[in-house]
Amino acid sequence: MDAVGEQRNAEAQLEPERKGKSGWSAIEFFNRYGTGIFLVLVCAFFMAQNPHFLSLRNIANILTDVSIYGVIAVGMTFVIITAGVDLAVGATLAFASMFAAWLISKAGVSIGPPWFTALLASVAVGAAVGYIHGKATTFFNVPAFITTLGGMTIWRGASMLINDGGPISGFDEGLRWWGTGAILGVPVPVVVFILVAAGGYIIQRYTRFGRQIYAIGGNVEAARLTGLNVKAVETSVYMIVGLLSGLAGFLLMARLNSAEAVAGLNYELRVIASVVIGGASLAGGVGGVGGTIIGALLIGVLSNGLVMMGVNAYYQQIVIGVIIVLAVAFDTYAKKHGR
Amino acid sequence: MLLAARNIQKSFPGVKALDGVHMNVRPGEVHALLGENGAGKSTLLKILAGAQAADGGDLMLDGAVLDPADSPLQRQEAGVVTIYQEFNLLPEMSVAENMFLGREPTRHGLINWREMYQRAQAILDDLGLKLDPRKPVRSLSVAEQQMVEIAKAMTFEAKLIIMDEPTAALSDREVDVLYRIVRNLRARGVSIIYVTHRLVEVIELCDRFTVLRDGQFVAEGKVAGKKVADLVKMMVGRDVEFVRCTASRQRGDLVLRVENVSRDGTATDPHATVLRNISVEVYAGEVLGFAGLVGAGRTELARIIFGADRSDEGVIWLGGGRMQLLRSPSEGIDNGIALVPEDRKQQGCFLDQSISQNMTLPSLKNLARWGVFVNETAERELVEKYRKALRIKMPSHLTPIGKLSGGNQQKVLLARCMALSPKVLIVDEPTRGIDIGAKAEVHQVLTDMAKSGVAVIVISSELPEIMAVSDRIAVFREGSITGVVSGDSADEETLMRLMAIGENADLTVVA
Repeated sequence: MDAVGEQRNAEAQLEPERKGKSGWSAIEFFNRYGTGIFLVLVCAFFMAQNPHFLSLRNIANILTDVSIYGVIAVGMTFVIITAGVDLAVGATLAFASMFAAWLISKAGVSIGPPWFTALLASVAVGAAVGYIHGKATTFFNVPAFITTLGGMTIWRGASMLINDGGPISGFDEGLRWWGTGAILGVPVPVVVFILVAAGGYIIQRYTRFGRQIYAIGGNVEAARLTGLNVKAVETSVYMIVGLLSGLAGFLLMARLNSAEAVAGLNYELRVIASVVIGGASLAGGVGGVGGTIIGALLIGVLSNGLVMMGVNAYYQQIVIGVIIVLAVAFDTYAKKHGR
Repeated sequence: MLLAARNIQKSFPGVKALDGVHMNVRPGEVHALLGENGAGKSTLLKILAGAQAADGGDLMLDGAVLDPADSPLQRQEAGVVTIYQEFNLLPEMSVAENMFLGREPTRHGLINWREMYQRAQAILDDLGLKLDPRKPVRSLSVAEQQMVEIAKAMTFEAKLIIMDEPTAALSDREVDVLYRIVRNLRARGVSIIYVTHRLVEVIELCDRFTVLRDGQFVAEGKVAGKKVADLVKMMVGRDVEFVRCTASRQRGDLVLRVENVSRDGTATDPHATVLRNISVEVYAGEVLGFAGLVGAGRTELARIIFGADRSDEGVIWLGGGRMQLLRSPSEGIDNGIALVPEDRKQQGCFLDQSISQNMTLPSLKNLARWGVFVNETAERELVEKYRKALRIKMPSHLTPIGKLSGGNQQKVLLARCMALSPKVLIVDEPTRGIDIGAKAEVHQVLTDMAKSGVAVIVISSELPEIMAVSDRIAVFREGSITGVVSGDSADEETLMRLMAIGENADLTVVA
């Protein structure tokens, strides 16, 4: 059979795709770019409502806010791709930052400048917490939902213990720079977010580890039979999101000049929503850092825009909740019918 | 005529799946629908089931025209019920609940459990099935689950039952039970459309047949007087036989020895096969067949050899020093063993991922720069290499594997294992659900691998296949090896005896 015939025969072996006459599928297009398009439309809407929306200052605010939970969302992307979840990210953030603050302010420990000690400590604590989550999940075969649900209250309680529930405030200039400073006009947290997101994307797209994450999420039994050390990869993924939660905690305490036991409250919602709006499925195997970034931006823009419009804070919650459900509903529909 | 399909047309973008297909099924008839993969069988079945609408042509049931826009439920209520290869059962629910799903008998708006169990029991008794309607489906064997599917069909008072590969996962004894039920249904005037690649069953069970090839109607007729070879010829348009391709193969050194392996998994899984004191030797450059009925312990032993499961006792020797048993698949792979699993959908393929990703996953270590970054050029070359070697039909290496036909998916999984350059390659049911032409191709690949020095273990429930490819055949029965026979001198009768009765008589092991 000649090459053309082989090709046609090859296509005949496939299940047919439903495409319009021009070979362009509306559903597939919106599935891929829909969230991004929606983000642009939302920005346009808010800009029309209040021209200050697009001021440099406001954009910097939005991006800085987004960066804090965005950093965690990058890690959560990997977790969700493996069909897991981490409900304890907010509590991890609080515990890590409280511990770091305690270390430099109350315990007087210093390894180099205070910011370095604090950064090292919060990131290390975050990673340790993530390790515990990962080990507990893989060793006891308890669903991650349950272990991190427990973690949510455990680490929140632990952070309350550190200073009797009270905040630890007043850090030096060097530390505060991480939250309020800027590099070439770009706020430092945003720079950190960009670096983390880039790193996350590289891992996802170009590394063995990235492939392994998708494999586990796609078919965990098949992954095991190809010799993958599923438990090790899963534990790593929880360590990553834990580490990034610690990093977010550091950035937040730098920004607010205060580490609080109630920091990061309800962050898990925003983080998971970012990942899911970005196209990941809680069943695992699908999703990516790029989508997560757009999801995170969408949530940030919505919160900010509604505030600028003077909308009651409670309406905000409703609007954001509705958007999350619609985004996932559309994504599910597109997956079923777009192929 | 119970079912008359005339001039059915169905096109998908770029492909004419059905081009003027006819099919006539009489009442009370077992009718075989034959054709290679890609011939159009599944498309026709989907149209009959109401899952797809034909573009043109007529479908008539009992003289009444069937509306192409019917939903599957409407077709079921009209009396056309389809039993798919992968069952549509809810494992956590009982047999009766599954049978009446969505149509439970109610009284005052609440489910009438008593009536449901009674009616379920009545249907089960009617079919001669010894099943407890209250038992959850997950506690049943695969064969029993299939019976539940048939019982479910009977709750619709089906006139026409379509069975897609009903015996793919059944042992021979269970196939006999299925035959009995099918004949029982036929005697009552129910017609069965029987789709299978096991042509022997067509000769044994079916009354008439319809053959499709490349989306077109080729022939229909009575089964009586036909031989398997005749059917094959109509299906592929050429004479195809399983040729024994073992000539000029030199057996090499001993590479694997299983010594006294035992395993009792019944504590965690009551259906588990108990392995008793199994010992066998495997040599480089040969194909060793594992024959046996379903549940005889072949897959269980293979998984222990590979490291996917643990055994209770016994040792595996793999060259060099004495070995403990392998504790994980990665240890198996590190020791040069590769396994192509039994169920390619559940255990093999990452359906959403590309062919490339599926093929290279375990080999990434060798394809990565600094062990971290995947070298996509090297990856593409590897995929291309195996595409040519195995003649895999795929539009692009980036196509999701879920879109390939079963045969091509199997080839990708084979390539995945071959890329690891294993010393021992174990393939479990390598041609299940694959058409004849692709089967022969896979057999050739396996024998070529043996020729190049690999020790190949082939597990198969199809005797003709095992007899065609194996140098030696180890026969399993209920957790033990009852005999090892030379592939050249084996005949079906001897093998069947060893598989079913376990007579070891004067069969000597080929040294």
